[in-house]
Amino acid sequence: MKKQTEAFVSVALIAALLIVLFVLERVIPSTSMLFTVLKKGAIYALVAVSMNLLNGFTGLFSLGQAGFMLVGAYTYGVLTIPVDQRANVYMYYDGGLIQFALHPILAIVIAGIIAGIFAYLIGLPVLRLKSDYLAIATLGFAEIIRAVFQWDKLGPLTNGSNLLRNYPSYKSVLFYFAASGVCIALIVLLINSTYGRAFKAIRDDEVAAEAMGINLAHHKRIAFVVSSFFAGVSGALLAMYQTSIQASMFKSAMTYEILLIVVIGGIGSITGSCISSFLFIILSEWLLRFLDSELVIGGFKVPLLRSGFRKVVFSIIIMIIVLFFRQGIMGTKEFSVRGIYNRITGKGRKAQKGGAADE
Amino acid sequence: MSENVLKVEHVTMQFGGVVAVDNLNLEVNKGEIVSLIGPNGAGKTTAFNVITGVYPPTNGAVYFQGKKIVENHPQGKMRRQYLGENEGKYDHVIAPTPDRITKLGIARTFQNIRLFKSQTVFENILIAEHMRRTSNLFTATLHLNGAEERQMRQEADRLLHIVELDDVRDELATSLPYGKQRRLEIARALATKPSLLLLDEPAAGMNPQETDELTAFIGRVRDDFHLTIFMIEHHMDLVMEISDRIYVLDFGKLISQGTPDVVQSDPRVISAYLGVQEDE
Amino acid sequence: MDWLSKNLPYLMAGISVGGQYALIAIGYTMVYGILRLINFAHGDIFMVAGLVMVYASTVMPVYLAIPLVLVVTVVIGFVVERVAYKPLRSAPRMSVMISAIGVSYLLQNLALYVTGGLAQQYPAIPWISDTITVFGVTTKRVTVITPPLVIVLVAALVMLIQKTKIGMAMRAASKDFETSQLMGIRINSVISMTFIIGSFLAAVGSLLFFSNYTGVTPTVGAMPGLKAFVAAVFGGIGSIPGAVIGAFIIGISENIIKGLGWTTFSDAFTFALLIVVLIFKPTGLFGEAANDKV
Repeated sequence: MKKQTEAFVSVALIAALLIVLFVLERVIPSTSMLFTVLKKGAIYALVAVSMNLLNGFTGLFSLGQAGFMLVGAYTYGVLTIPVDQRANVYMYYDGGLIQFALHPILAIVIAGIIAGIFAYLIGLPVLRLKSDYLAIATLGFAEIIRAVFQWDKLGPLTNGSNLLRNYPSYKSVLFYFAASGVCIALIVLLINSTYGRAFKAIRDDEVAAEAMGINLAHHKRIAFVVSSFFAGVSGALLAMYQTSIQASMFKSAMTYEILLIVVIGGIGSITGSCISSFLFIILSEWLLRFLDSELVIGGFKVPLLRSGFRKVVFSIIIMIIVLFFRQGIMGTKEFSVRGIYNRITGKGRKAQKGGAADE
Repeated sequence: MSENVLKVEHVTMQFGGVVAVDNLNLEVNKGEIVSLIGPNGAGKTTAFNVITGVYPPTNGAVYFQGKKIVENHPQGKMRRQYLGENEGKYDHVIAPTPDRITKLGIARTFQNIRLFKSQTVFENILIAEHMRRTSNLFTATLHLNGAEERQMRQEADRLLHIVELDDVRDELATSLPYGKQRRLEIARALATKPSLLLLDEPAAGMNPQETDELTAFIGRVRDDFHLTIFMIEHHMDLVMEISDRIYVLDFGKLISQGTPDVVQSDPRVISAYLGVQEDE
Repeated sequence: MDWLSKNLPYLMAGISVGGQYALIAIGYTMVYGILRLINFAHGDIFMVAGLVMVYASTVMPVYLAIPLVLVVTVVIGFVVERVAYKPLRSAPRMSVMISAIGVSYLLQNLALYVTGGLAQQYPAIPWISDTITVFGVTTKRVTVITPPLVIVLVAALVMLIQKTKIGMAMRAASKDFETSQLMGIRINSVISMTFIIGSFLAAVGSLLFFSNYTGVTPTVGAMPGLKAFVAAVFGGIGSIPGAVIGAFIIGISENIIKGLGWTTFSDAFTFALLIVVLIFKPTGLFGEAANDKV
């Protein structure tokens, strides 16, 4: 298959997806669970991919994702609450410090940038650490960020430990798909660039990468800042989706969830992360929901089913994947038009075997 | 300037109480193949690591093409402060990271092959092109550097052809047979376009036939790429055949140096090797 | 004097909490010493110990419930290692860590299911939950008991490690995992023993900790767990005295910070300390340096 054909088919598929969504939105009532799940899935896909960029492609085991999402979510909220709503939202802080409101799209970009700045500063000390120490230090910084944002003295800016709300948000699922899709596309482009190759070299062998003239500190910082930028953007999208936010949401449990999504999808596979985000959200928020409500069949009450059971089943599934299917859904392979084409036509077996990294 | 490409001056490397390299002095001249030999644990790889910036020496300096590239002379108060890891804490220490040394034109291979495991032969070579990029993060991400990218790939392919690895271009690096992995690692070092190549036991684990091929390969590489080669090796046939000069290290100290003939008949070398060396 | 009487309650609370962190931290430091694994689930095992006590005390007297808590916690610790970590022994370290995070997630969700998400009232344990007055400060007896109890337990543990055969095996395994295996040490029983000791101490820690704090929620283990881990790093990971001293320092510091009215930052302080330690002295107070060979 030619490269052009492949690109064309890919674009056509994406267009078809967007059209389907567009139609669905007009057919199915907007309160449907389907849209909730799709929106959240798109947001989690972005943050999972951003985490994969670090953990899967650069080999930096970072657990700071929730912290950077928090920064993004707050930046978005703080910058977009309409001026006439501020007195209401910041009722304990005399209407707050900021008395202007930005356009949502602009605010999303700034949310990413602020998260990136935080990452740059945090990266200066922590990126020198190795493997599990890096994990625990980033986890620690995420907790510090959470504490700082809840700090009373910063109330005029962050509203302390109170909710941020009444900011504008887009309702259409198309918006979330477009925003998340553009961001993921950028990450994919980055990974397929010469910088991406350097990241993968660092992941495979730091010492050898350095001997090949790759400046470790510089490249780790780039990966960390870029990943955090997109985590910030996804935080902003999450804020938008939820219509209100509070620092206490962004606990380390959130990072763990994102990490598990990445693991299920396959560490080192972008499409794996996307697929598993939707699976994760659809299963946990929707399909497994029946496990949470009591069920009586013919006078017989099915045991165990009650609130919370869904999450238990869900965590057991995750443990099974972690223990027995360590490659996740995709391993380090990617889902691609070419891959499917080759699979159907039986061509390029060999290319597929070794070609994990080149598409 | 002087014709020596590499000059190691009074280099001492201490790990805690262990002196791995003790006041090492040596020179490698342009176009030479020089070997560093010695029993296991003599401090050979440590010397390489100092030269390539993996760690700064406890004392001493390294010159490359007449320019001082690594230096540490802790004195007085600083000597007392020096704990081993405080690179860059005081000004007169020159302690570049390995990537800077590579950019200056020193490339190396590793004792235990360190290829990029998840990547193909081609990609292993291609990575060396990264340090010569003129694109930045944005132009590279948005793929606005098409010409550069094409040139990078051409360069990598050209090198693959020269080292005769183009037939395994798209194989995973780790799926190659051992001898080819060694060759790939040398090729990868060549891809950084060095003027000095450091080889750390290139023939380790090879059978006689593979060793012969490697000997020829190293000689050819030196001529084709106008290289100077400094090599650690245990295979004495290879060392004696190919080296212009040899340095012998034992317990961190230089015990002999000179042409292969001189070194071979040096009683100190013989006594250092007897009893320690098993298979040579 | 005025300062002292104002701050004495915080100081005492700090020493007490520090002792409780110490008991958790030992579990982290021993496991890390041998497996080089941050056992993310350890804090949740501590939480489960709390829940077991809550439920056990509703059906049996406290003097039966306490030993039951110890036994159940030890069994859980043992099972977690066998099921979630042992199969991954030859896997990359990242996989084991992810498995630990998975176990943590599972235990929290199980707790959520069992409790229905409501904070469970921790039973008052006679005598140790009694209110007493020390130096004019009203507190529970557990505050006073914790430090000496910790010292006794740690002394016993150190004896175990120094004098017994299994202790020797543990030291060998933490020095060099592979070689100790070659030397005929049954590594699986050593590791199991490590988890058993760690869980036992976490269970004791939970008895003391929750006697002071009353409410058990599914996520209550996360924060003390992380703090205990920081204590272990601060003291030098792998070092038991280091973990204990680190835990006391953290417990006292965070309570002094609370006393100064900076409650928001009491958690953040711990992590700030962690980061400072990791950057300036990654081996901690008593840890040994490990060299990476190139």
